Amino acid sequence: MILRSLVATTLLIAGAAAAPVIASAADAAAHAAAASAPAVSATDGWLRVLPGSLPAGGYVTFSNASDSAVSIVGAESGDYADAMIHRSSTAGGMGRMEMVDAVAVPARGTVAFSPGGYHVMLTGAKHPVKAGDAVVVTFDLSDGKKLPVTLLARPANATGPKD
Amino acid sequence: MKPFLFRRGLLGLLAIVALAGLAACHGEPQPDWRLHDVSGHLPDLDFHLTDDQGKAVTAGDYKGKVTLMYFGYTHCPDVCPLTLTELHVVLDRLGPAADGVRILFVSVDPKRDTPSIMHAYVNAFDKRAVGLVGSDTDTEELAKRYRSAFTREPDKGDGAYDVSHSSAIYIFDRAGKARLLATPSASQDDIVHDLTLLTTLEAHP
Repeated sequence: MILRSLVATTLLIAGAAAAPVIASAADAAAHAAAASAPAVSATDGWLRVLPGSLPAGGYVTFSNASDSAVSIVGAESGDYADAMIHRSSTAGGMGRMEMVDAVAVPARGTVAFSPGGYHVMLTGAKHPVKAGDAVVVTFDLSDGKKLPVTLLARPANATGPKD
Repeated sequence: MKPFLFRRGLLGLLAIVALAGLAACHGEPQPDWRLHDVSGHLPDLDFHLTDDQGKAVTAGDYKGKVTLMYFGYTHCPDVCPLTLTELHVVLDRLGPAADGVRILFVSVDPKRDTPSIMHAYVNAFDKRAVGLVGSDTDTEELAKRYRSAFTREPDKGDGAYDVSHSSAIYIFDRAGKARLLATPSASQDDIVHDLTLLTTLEAHP
């Protein structure tokens, strides 16, 4: 819902910027907003809290409202010592994880970080994180922008961002 | 959706029970499994490990329970929690029959997984889960017996490392006989279906 209205707003602004027939102060403001609006937005962010100091997996859906692909190339969080982008696979019946340098968010498309696939692995919690907490993870984008995303901490056996 | 499927499961179950009656003098009936039937192809449940209370246990301690054995490790933030969460959802859907089921989560990372860490970990997913740890040798032997495999990946430099491991779930009946194999692609509906059959069939051998 939030995603849809965000995309709609972005499209409206983009439309206004593409048709600069009436030059008014409002249009100029809209233009400026379009220029600085990040191409990539995030929704449904959550992370799975495991007991003690065990690493946590973070999940989120990225949407790219622009006409060119943008990649997620890194992550960091003030609440964890380290944040790494990983991908799990169960190819050949073996569960394994690999580091990922970049995850492309296609032009006008989405990519989901979800259990069993892409995730941000958060290690070294700087303070105890419990279900219900909000954790901010800032993702580095290939266009040089930074995208702060709030992930909702959920219990170990949660199946998604909400029940 | 769920009630409908559950009803179908019940109907299937009634059919099995009816067939079991008919087939009583023709040997064991062949249930309509949806998971991979491994009866006769994998050895019985057999191990000497330490449970998450620090107690030495063997397969005999779980006789009378249907067991779901899964190899994993606690520093696994994604796939292991996903599997354990799915098993938790499956057991909740099973209802009272789940009391006769135990999840056996066997650590392939005995160096880091102590019984107390395992205890906190498995209980965060399901109270019917048991964490099992053993020596490197015991763990390797157990994995080998079920043609499972695990590999410790290279150290990432700060002492952190991942373990690649077989992602199948081995399902044993109440007598400890290997019966079914669920792969990561198995649907929850199929696991619920087969566990419903397995727990009920074994209750009235």
